[in-house]
Amino acid sequence: MTRQKVTDLYFMEARAKLVDLAAFLDRVDRAEGQDDFRIKAFRRALLELQKPESQRAKGVLKALSDPTIKPIDRATTKAAAGAWPDAV
Amino acid sequence: MRYIEPHAHMVSRTTDDYLAMVTAGCQAVCEPAFWAGFDRSSVDGFYDYFCQLTEHEPRRAAKFGLPHFAWLCINPKEAEDLKLAQEVIDLIPQFLDRPNVLGIGEIGLNKNSRNELSVFEKHVDLAARHEKLILIHTPHLEDKLKGTKLIVDSLKSDGRINPGRVIIDHVEEHTVELVLEAGFWAGMTLYPESKCTGARAVDMIELYGKERLWMNSACDWGVSVPLAVPRAALEMRQRNHAAGEVDEMIYQNPIRFLSQSGKFKLVG
Repeated sequence: MTRQKVTDLYFMEARAKLVDLAAFLDRVDRAEGQDDFRIKAFRRALLELQKPESQRAKGVLKALSDPTIKPIDRATTKAAAGAWPDAV
Repeated sequence: MRYIEPHAHMVSRTTDDYLAMVTAGCQAVCEPAFWAGFDRSSVDGFYDYFCQLTEHEPRRAAKFGLPHFAWLCINPKEAEDLKLAQEVIDLIPQFLDRPNVLGIGEIGLNKNSRNELSVFEKHVDLAARHEKLILIHTPHLEDKLKGTKLIVDSLKSDGRINPGRVIIDHVEEHTVELVLEAGFWAGMTLYPESKCTGARAVDMIELYGKERLWMNSACDWGVSVPLAVPRAALEMRQRNHAAGEVDEMIYQNPIRFLSQSGKFKLVG
């Protein structure tokens, strides 16, 4: 596909998501309290978007991932949080 | 359009979903055993669930002319109870010869704990001893990368496992290469909020090719879309993939993998 075709197909959707992202961060900043580990990881992951190589999705996912390699002793929850708590 | 839904939890879906899927061109549906949304209290609960997957649900699907296949296991979310997990693993062999059972799945990891890994390896051993296909769930969100590495390392250390008979599901951009380069099949799960969107799935098809890759909806009791596969097929068409390439991705590829079971047959 040409860059023009990709833009025609996805620009409006991506624009809407970009504005939503900006509004989300504004909402967080207006709210009382401190960033938790998820917002801190989120802000770090945003830096991946500015990198020149076309591996941004992979970079964002890795920035939000547990980088360790050993199994944990025991699962204390079934849920995932979306970011690795120990990164802070 | 014709397609196979290789991963759907139909016990959680309505008859309207069956109707919509068949109308959209679904030719067969495959249902891995799953967590109920709560922990089952005994092995008897699993006995009933396996009966549901191998007796009741195929009859329900047949009302819409849809072949239904199943995979059996205890989900990694219930792996911390080692006694229960062993009881369920001991229960599975009596169901393996049922006509719609394709193999062991969806096994895998959830929070990447030692007990989960132990139960995963017991399932792999069961599949190896009975020469069954394996369908693997990789963890959610921040746990996926580590869990996928642990799963791939574990499988590679077991000389009985042929990677071409294992599908590692729910890959994303940071795990797909790891799975494909090790020779396994990779599944892309199309979810609206987590895992992978249709657009990102088509990105991965364009980056890594169609070989040993499939797409599924993994529709269940949570936020999920039973028609996610045909919608992703439309996305492929919008991006100039030929009709034959779409067919290979959503119909021929699943058949290629699933036919290895010897039980996967389509109507007519």
